[in-house]
Amino acid sequence: MASKATSAKLSVIKTYKLYVGGAFPRSESGRSLPVKAADGRVLAHISHASRKDLRDAIEVAHAAQPKWANATAYNRGQVLYRLAEMVQAREAECIALLCATGEISRTDARKEVALSIDRCVAWAGWADKIAVVLGGKQPVAGPYLVYSTPEPIGVVVAVAPEKNPLLGLLSVLLPALAVGNAVVLCGGHRNPLIAATFGEALATSDVPPGVANVLTGRVSELIPWIASHREVHACIAAGLSKPDAQALELGAAENMKRVTILDRDIDLADNAALHSPWIAERLVEVKTVWHPSAI
Amino acid sequence: MPDFEYAPAPETVPVEIAPRNGLFIGGQFVAPKSSKYRTTTNPATETALAEVAEANAKDVDLAVAAARKALKPWANMKATERAKLLFRVARRIQERSRELAVLETLDSGKPIKESRDDDVPLVAHHFFHHAGWCDKLAYAFPGARLEPIGVCGQVIPWNFPLLMAAWKIAPALACGNTVVLKPAETTPLSALRLAEILQECDLPPGVVNIVTGGPEAGKALVAHKGLNKVAFTGSTEVGKAIAATVAGSGRKLTLELGGKSPHIIFADAAIDQAIEGVVSGIWFNQGEVCCAGSRLFVEERILDTFIERLKARMRSLRVGDPMDKNTDVGAINSKEQLDRIQHYIKLGIDEGATPFECSTALPSKGYFCRPCLFTNVQPSHTIAREEIFGPVLSVMSFRTAEEAVARANNTNYGLSAGVWTEKGAKALEMAARLKAGVVWLNTFNRFDPSAPFGGYRESGFGREGGRQGLRAYLKVDGR
Repeated sequence: MASKATSAKLSVIKTYKLYVGGAFPRSESGRSLPVKAADGRVLAHISHASRKDLRDAIEVAHAAQPKWANATAYNRGQVLYRLAEMVQAREAECIALLCATGEISRTDARKEVALSIDRCVAWAGWADKIAVVLGGKQPVAGPYLVYSTPEPIGVVVAVAPEKNPLLGLLSVLLPALAVGNAVVLCGGHRNPLIAATFGEALATSDVPPGVANVLTGRVSELIPWIASHREVHACIAAGLSKPDAQALELGAAENMKRVTILDRDIDLADNAALHSPWIAERLVEVKTVWHPSAI
Repeated sequence: MPDFEYAPAPETVPVEIAPRNGLFIGGQFVAPKSSKYRTTTNPATETALAEVAEANAKDVDLAVAAARKALKPWANMKATERAKLLFRVARRIQERSRELAVLETLDSGKPIKESRDDDVPLVAHHFFHHAGWCDKLAYAFPGARLEPIGVCGQVIPWNFPLLMAAWKIAPALACGNTVVLKPAETTPLSALRLAEILQECDLPPGVVNIVTGGPEAGKALVAHKGLNKVAFTGSTEVGKAIAATVAGSGRKLTLELGGKSPHIIFADAAIDQAIEGVVSGIWFNQGEVCCAGSRLFVEERILDTFIERLKARMRSLRVGDPMDKNTDVGAINSKEQLDRIQHYIKLGIDEGATPFECSTALPSKGYFCRPCLFTNVQPSHTIAREEIFGPVLSVMSFRTAEEAVARANNTNYGLSAGVWTEKGAKALEMAARLKAGVVWLNTFNRFDPSAPFGGYRESGFGREGGRQGLRAYLKVDGR
């Protein structure tokens, strides 16, 4: 017969894993971090990604990127739209996770999820249009056909801001994916539950394995390795501290990585700015092609 | 066949050069606070052309202050009026084009044929093109909030002295910025002549300031806290150092750096045209071109015949007096650069590649280097990896298109690429796969103010020219 102590059911305290190459590995370092509610109760643990986890994720992103880049823009748009459907389907869970650490109200959480779904839809729509805005045919003074076209830059590390865990990570992830890059997303750690579960949305949304990878843990610790890695071609980061931002730019100077740093106090609800194609401009390379035109 | 000799056809238009030249700050030519001057020489004759001020940090301070003072009125000037000033500059450049071409050739060593037909016409075109943008910026970035970036510090190289000045100044001014430009230490004269033209055109004082000098002036400028933006064209090594200087400062940066660009010849190419493309690709401007096609990949089954025909064409290249209108390859810009090129040629031989040079006689004075190609080059050889910035071509071969793409992309650079094939679909697919900012299909070394230019990876970032190039000189939505 069960004693009194075991008759009340214990809740399962989950340890969330990383999302790399379409699988859910633990950190190779074996490290994890507790996530606490406002009253100090431990809600769950997240994996605390290491330098090696980062390198592994970059490697799988590198391998997955050409196929994603070569998919038609129409196809990429549909996959991102599917991501919107997946976030919509997990609306209740997202709201619960956003509220779990007691930092925001249910009303604000509901608003954030609604904005997040809109952000997915907006970028799904950009996939087959951004080249029209960032590229074009050039009217040169000579008998040549000249066109410029934004090409995916390759592997992008996206660093999510601490505030607005869901909207924030989507704001740095979506522009990079829409233009055909593979992404390693680093979630913030104030409320990491969204980032830690976001792999589940990605896994069910037709984003090919390896194209979007999610690491959790402490971003500051990874900044020097993000900056110095030669197979990371660009980085888009929001909410970095000043020393982290400087370390990122300084490290990137050595390998000419393209760095986009969004203001720490950026208003993530500002659709005009965050649905703008100009956010994605350092996540592409504009290639200009010339050919003679003659009979 | 009779042996036709060319008679010399020297360009004889005299150009006055002041014996001593000051800095251009706040609309005036002023003596440098440093009180120092440097002699600029004609690299084709090793004779002195003039003394040019050597700016120090104090001079740079004054220039940045002048640009800051001029910023607000310039940014707030009615855009249509700003446009008219730039159109006026374009016209004056056209009117003084012969003088500018001669001056450019005297100071840089490039053939008069090129400064006359390529550099100076493109300079005028660049101002004309950007003049028209002044009042149309809102259409270039629909939906965005736009502002000028502010005061821009710009450092340019010696290979296209006036053209690089135009590439930097014209878009900056069109977008409402003011600038401090530092020309290369060996080629300051054409930028100073441009300053004269700006004075003539009544450009408001301080909108463009020109500080001549060497590395001291350059370092003081790129590190200056009074700037809002730094733009640099030059070597990847210096570009990285500048990026590190600017890191974390909040100042904007664009870099147009080195290259080791692949030039790919398929067996189904129009071979005669391809030969001309290769010649222009590596021997235009003595190969002192950041986007030079310095790695030649020839499909294996035509390799031998292609090289024979290329060698035959090399024999007809005329190397010598840059002021001679017949000259194809002029003088190397400086003794230092000539030494560097010769160091690489020796290294190529030492590492086991086979050199071929055309046998033309060289003038007894001046810094000259014969066009050179290397066969038996391995991808690991230094001459196949590092930018030489001279008339030296490394020839390699490939069997399949896949292999050509892989070898072409196997570099840290990514500025330009060339492909020759008569098959349209193949050309377009190659263009898509090559990692380079500019891809020339069945042509090479084409430039136009409306066509963005700039690199992938370690060839720098940002584009110059066209609507895309404007981005480098505007704050878009506050960024």
